[in-house]
Amino acid sequence: MMLAGLTIEPLVAFAYLVSGILFILALRGLSNPESSRRGNRLGMLGMLIAVGTTIATHDAVALPRLGAAILIGGAIGFVIARKIAMTAMPQLVAAFHSLVGLAAVVVGIAAFLNPASFGIIDPATGAIHAASRIEMALGVAIGAITFSGSVIAFLKLAGMMSGKPILLPGRHVINIGALLAILFFTYGFFDSQAPMDFWIIVGLSFAIGFLLIIPIGGADMPVVVSMLNSYSGWAAAAMGFTLHNTAMIITGALVGSSGAILSYIMCKAMNRSFLSVIAGGFGAEAASGDGEAKEQRPWKRGSAEDAAFLMKQADSVIIVPGYGMAVSQAQHALREMADLLKKEGVSVKYAIHPVAGRMPGHMNVLLAEANVPYDEVFELEDINSEFAQTDVAFVIGANDVTNPAAKTDKSSPIYGMPILDVANAKTVLFVKRSMGGVGYAGVDNDVFYMDNTMMLLADAKKMVEDIVKSLAH
Amino acid sequence: MDFVAILSIFVLACFVGYYVVWSVTPALHTPLMAVTNAISSVIIVGALIASAEAESEGAQWLGLIGVVLASINIFGGFAVTERMLAMYKKKERK
Repeated sequence: MMLAGLTIEPLVAFAYLVSGILFILALRGLSNPESSRRGNRLGMLGMLIAVGTTIATHDAVALPRLGAAILIGGAIGFVIARKIAMTAMPQLVAAFHSLVGLAAVVVGIAAFLNPASFGIIDPATGAIHAASRIEMALGVAIGAITFSGSVIAFLKLAGMMSGKPILLPGRHVINIGALLAILFFTYGFFDSQAPMDFWIIVGLSFAIGFLLIIPIGGADMPVVVSMLNSYSGWAAAAMGFTLHNTAMIITGALVGSSGAILSYIMCKAMNRSFLSVIAGGFGAEAASGDGEAKEQRPWKRGSAEDAAFLMKQADSVIIVPGYGMAVSQAQHALREMADLLKKEGVSVKYAIHPVAGRMPGHMNVLLAEANVPYDEVFELEDINSEFAQTDVAFVIGANDVTNPAAKTDKSSPIYGMPILDVANAKTVLFVKRSMGGVGYAGVDNDVFYMDNTMMLLADAKKMVEDIVKSLAH
Repeated sequence: MDFVAILSIFVLACFVGYYVVWSVTPALHTPLMAVTNAISSVIIVGALIASAEAESEGAQWLGLIGVVLASINIFGGFAVTERMLAMYKKKERK
């Protein structure tokens, strides 16, 4: 293509490079809430450049149908983004991952059906470049695994499928066999470009995505969502390799590393190895572990008035929210409670465990939604030493992340997991629905039975509202 | 571009990604996931090319489907990130 004596190709490649850099800056902006919105805008600009360049360098005849497709998809996405509840973010992200995966598959198949349009045909033989064949096969495989895995993750997170791990007999053998088969057929496709091999790869990859995620329990979903995030990136990168597109390669690498790092952080926060998460089954035997064998230990029950009185007298309160808080939608009442306490001159902080929500950073978003200033919210390592100097630790809807058994009991399923040391506070107020139910990991918590603990047994939202009432007068 | 050039870009981008993502504050990990969703839909470029070229009707339709899917993600991902980031506020100092 020539335009005023200038070849277009270098310009196009340059435009894709610019959008890749803008995507890097978009993530860079997230290092701080203040720069984050500007970062997001830069990301949008990068996308605009990438899409604009592609459309501008192709046949204008296609413009109406491309515009219509973007409009339809965009409208759907926009409405969903507006309507979605913040508690439902994990399933939304899982659903979005599945779309990236499916889009990668669709593009891969399109490239296979019409390789000429992507310029990946070897002029000498008329076949697809050998390297492109491998990249294409890997791209559709990763994309298909991302798609079907994310669909299962979505169903589990949205509660449309039991969060309990579903264990097929011999699943490890099946999974490893399927993975090997994918590699085998990838080689076959590389060798002969046989369409049959290509379709088998697509089919197998869809199947293995389902099989991989089905045995993973609800407690491990934060890792799974992060892992699928990573996969969606690698799928985009593989497509970038196939199509020789720098924007896709840079973005894929960014997203791939992002998901991998988040998975690592989540695994570390639960003291689980990545492999044991992938192997699945965590939480399957939990319910049978405790039961009649346990002796009854004494514990103290408090009322909303007691809690209000205690916190009013305190100098400092640290609130430890967990997913239970989000489930009962107590975050707004909680903020009101914190405001009243601050009026009384009490210092109020929030302590967040990395796995407090259903995905990385989930709890921070939920608190931000309830107008809790982000500089009152602290991460585990920043606040954990402060519990010893704190008058009241107010635990609401969190359990496993406060359980000292993680430090002391080697036989406990959560042993080794970093916890918030609420037990060090002068008084612990523990909001919980009943004494019976236990956390995800299904283990009893010694904090319940400590002398300085007061159990506030009620629905989290109701309890906080009652505390607010008695604080108010 | 030859394979080595592309691979170089990829490897370097992985390093950039590693350092950039570690610098993201944990409080913003959920927006991070939402925005990575949006940007990985740059795969729309592939879908646009497929549907703009006319030689194969099947590839064209697949491309259009890809465009719709990726657009849901792009608009949804950026919009929901924007919505979340707008909620993060600092303490009001009096």
